[in-house]
Amino acid sequence: METTAEKKYTFKDFSSDQEVRWCPGCDDYVILRAMQKALPEMGVKKEDVVFISGIGCSSRFPYYMDTYGMHSIHGRAPAIATGVKLANPNLSVWVITGDGDSMAIGGNHFIHVLRRNVNLNIILFNNEIYGLTKGQFSPTSLVGQKTKSSPYGNTQQPFSPGELALGAQARFFGRIGGNTPKEMTKIFIESEKFKGTSLIEVLQNCPIFNDGCFTEYTDKAVREDKQLFVEHGKPMVFGKERNKGLILNGLKLEVVTLGENGMTQEDLLVHNAEEEDPTMHQMLVRLRYPLVTGIIRSFHDVTLEERKEAQTKEVKANSNFTKTRDLFFSGDIYEVE
Amino acid sequence: MIDSKVGQKSEVEILEAVIIRFVGDSGDGMQLTGTQFSDTSAMFGNDIATFPNYPAEIRAPQGSLYGVSGFQVHIGSVEISTPGDEVDLLVAMNPAGLKTNLHAVKPGHTIIVDTDAFSRKNLEKAQYEANPLEDGSLDNYRVIEVSMTSLTKEALKEIAGLDNKSIVRSKNMFALGMVYWMYDRSTDHTIEFFKKKFKSKPHIIEANTKVLNTGYYFAETLELIPNAYTISPAKMEPGTYRIIMGNTATAWGFLAAAEKSGLELFLGSYPITPASDILHELVKHKHFGVKALQAEDEIAGITSAIGASFAGDLAITTTSGPGLALKGEALGLAMIIEMPLVVVNVQRGGPSTGLPTKTEQSDLMQSLYGRNGESPVIIIAASTPANCFDFAYEAAKLTLEHMTPVILLTDGYIANGSAPWKIKSVDDMPEIKNNIVNEAKENWHAYDRNQDTLARNWAIPGTPGLEHRVGGLEKDRISGNVSYIPENHEYMTKIRAEKISRVQNYIPDITTEFAESGDLLVIGWGGTYGSLHSAVKQVNEEGYENIGYAHFNYINPLPKNTASILKKFKKIIVCELNSGQFANVLKINFSGFEFLQFNKIQGLPFGNSELTGKFKQLVK
Repeated sequence: METTAEKKYTFKDFSSDQEVRWCPGCDDYVILRAMQKALPEMGVKKEDVVFISGIGCSSRFPYYMDTYGMHSIHGRAPAIATGVKLANPNLSVWVITGDGDSMAIGGNHFIHVLRRNVNLNIILFNNEIYGLTKGQFSPTSLVGQKTKSSPYGNTQQPFSPGELALGAQARFFGRIGGNTPKEMTKIFIESEKFKGTSLIEVLQNCPIFNDGCFTEYTDKAVREDKQLFVEHGKPMVFGKERNKGLILNGLKLEVVTLGENGMTQEDLLVHNAEEEDPTMHQMLVRLRYPLVTGIIRSFHDVTLEERKEAQTKEVKANSNFTKTRDLFFSGDIYEVE
Repeated sequence: MIDSKVGQKSEVEILEAVIIRFVGDSGDGMQLTGTQFSDTSAMFGNDIATFPNYPAEIRAPQGSLYGVSGFQVHIGSVEISTPGDEVDLLVAMNPAGLKTNLHAVKPGHTIIVDTDAFSRKNLEKAQYEANPLEDGSLDNYRVIEVSMTSLTKEALKEIAGLDNKSIVRSKNMFALGMVYWMYDRSTDHTIEFFKKKFKSKPHIIEANTKVLNTGYYFAETLELIPNAYTISPAKMEPGTYRIIMGNTATAWGFLAAAEKSGLELFLGSYPITPASDILHELVKHKHFGVKALQAEDEIAGITSAIGASFAGDLAITTTSGPGLALKGEALGLAMIIEMPLVVVNVQRGGPSTGLPTKTEQSDLMQSLYGRNGESPVIIIAASTPANCFDFAYEAAKLTLEHMTPVILLTDGYIANGSAPWKIKSVDDMPEIKNNIVNEAKENWHAYDRNQDTLARNWAIPGTPGLEHRVGGLEKDRISGNVSYIPENHEYMTKIRAEKISRVQNYIPDITTEFAESGDLLVIGWGGTYGSLHSAVKQVNEEGYENIGYAHFNYINPLPKNTASILKKFKKIIVCELNSGQFANVLKINFSGFEFLQFNKIQGLPFGNSELTGKFKQLVK
């Protein structure tokens, strides 16, 4: 058997023999290909990669990856993935989920995996709709959105996944349009490098039930003007002309034009993804003009596995028990003759 | 201060067994008092069985009837299989305890009360119109009145650093000291216990020791309580023993199975009464590499365990009835992906929140059928506190060897009860095989099966060349890929069922005790072994020799020879702590028999006399 450690993979090594069954034109294809391209760049062995998904269109993903995988039950993938990672911390574990799977039925597991900071990666396919059940509103659908289950318009206030995640102490949050595979691939690679729970929200178009839901930000013609792609350590500049930027005015972010009112590049905010205080990250997540994409937060912190491992090591070092026999015959035992 | 209404006895009475019940407020330390007495007795060589009975409220209003906490211990020089029902000695720390437990005391037997607690206020709370110590209502009993609270205060007045609350709380040790003297037990074990427990608080050790000894000497010095009872050591199989609680035994059974199988143990669990003690026990054992996750809910408890199993651990989840309901969908997933997983259900009174601190056997049908679709799993049930060890081990063995989830049923009664356990080591336990595939082979498929057990093989992430996907959608019979082919679904449904029924080839036959054939077969399952066994034993000793007893630990599948033992008796009665769930299982599986039923649904174990009365009536 060849040693996979030195093997150079290509995207084909990660494509399973199963026919991909998403609807034509779905952004899910883009995400799948971005992942298959990202994995060979990560330096992980194929046999160490595990994809865990819940239920929904996105959750068919593991079937198309030639890695270990589990298509589980609705909303529970983060909990299953936590078990996988605690059982074997050497694995590269990925959770594939959607806005219904993670924000509605699986909301509890979603916030707790973030709080615990398990070293795994979550790709959240957000299309603001239930696709597999054919078109009901989801927890990220907009107020007023007309769907099969809201014919007169959605009356429920939506979640913003990024805000929810930061509230749940997410250490890594990235956001990316579903039609920008190059940047997506890069973010996937970065998320694997990051030690801790990485959450990547993909703004994924559903051509059947919610077509154009992100077009105002992601359409090729407008996206440079409507999106600010942040990079750690770089000034927050955007626009086709690269002449717009963000400054902090009081407690609010403000869009300024370089060259107007004496504004120069030096006046702009410089992105610090690694800052522990999430206040600025929250503001960036909430902003709608421009919509902020890229890695918004990447704060290094101790992971659950590291804490557990350290504790186990310490307990082992201070314990007289190595075999169960030592325990069973310890303490108050007595002889019957 | 003290008054013995039945007068003095001077000779030492030799008894085979005695049942003592300590009752008081839920803050009075009755559980600790009972545990200390039973541990000390076990070390003396007695066989014991214990039964804690406490309210769901952590600190119910003081003195109230529903806040009464009790601990019963049955000690003997003969084999003891239940905590017993009629009490020889009741220690009542307040009127509410007396009121709620008096019915259990055998007429003519002894009641010790703390007279200081019989204030007007407490009598009112216990809904007594007159003081039972004064109105003659206890004339049929031997009442020993002791002003325990005042005596405790007096004993502790010279120890510095104690507040009034700590002083009053140690009066349970006064009671324990008295009972130690009455039953000729040494206080050493309990004093050692204080030294360990309060290592950093020497004044607390001193205070508790002082009160314990004061109670002991009080009983001795006044000579008003004759040293009437001694119970010789029981004849038990030679060996090294310890006292073990059912939940601890369950936890240890899994530790042993992990060591024997060479796998690491993973527990995913959410706290729930009365199962939490298994979690508490297992988290202590990081030295054995135990990995535990206290999850965000019951569902994450089981699903994290499924993840750990997928990654190659021996994975378990622990819960009680309502938690099993929440785990149902995930258990179906484990079943269809054919992964090893043990679910421990420490049954309690249901439905819904039901009676969290009381016992019941009412989750049998939920265990069998509480999932969508046809999804059989192996179900086994432990029957005594000590054999929780064996059945936890067996659950792990079956799940690893047959690649299917196993539900292990115990219940609040055996989980919280304790008994002597002849210590087993891993060397004494049977081998555990597994279905792990370590390397890639030509034409390998995730759903290739062992021809004997039908267990599929277990390829663990990290193994090169065996990358594969599993999931909750119906699987192709060989590759495990998604399949919507109608015939494949029927085939897979049948093979999953067949896999469970083949477990029959790997479990012991059912046997009958006391009689191999005859007039009446008493059938029980799970945690009622102690009550049923001693009741059948008793009627046999009384001359009813045609009554046999069969106890089931394997519920799904049932032992292969079940029908053959049913045929040997004229009548069959199925006794269980529910409305007849196991009786229904037998009816479904074995036609041509009439299954009589004896059911109790009071959150309590069977009483001895209700059983013996019924059995005798049936063979009249």
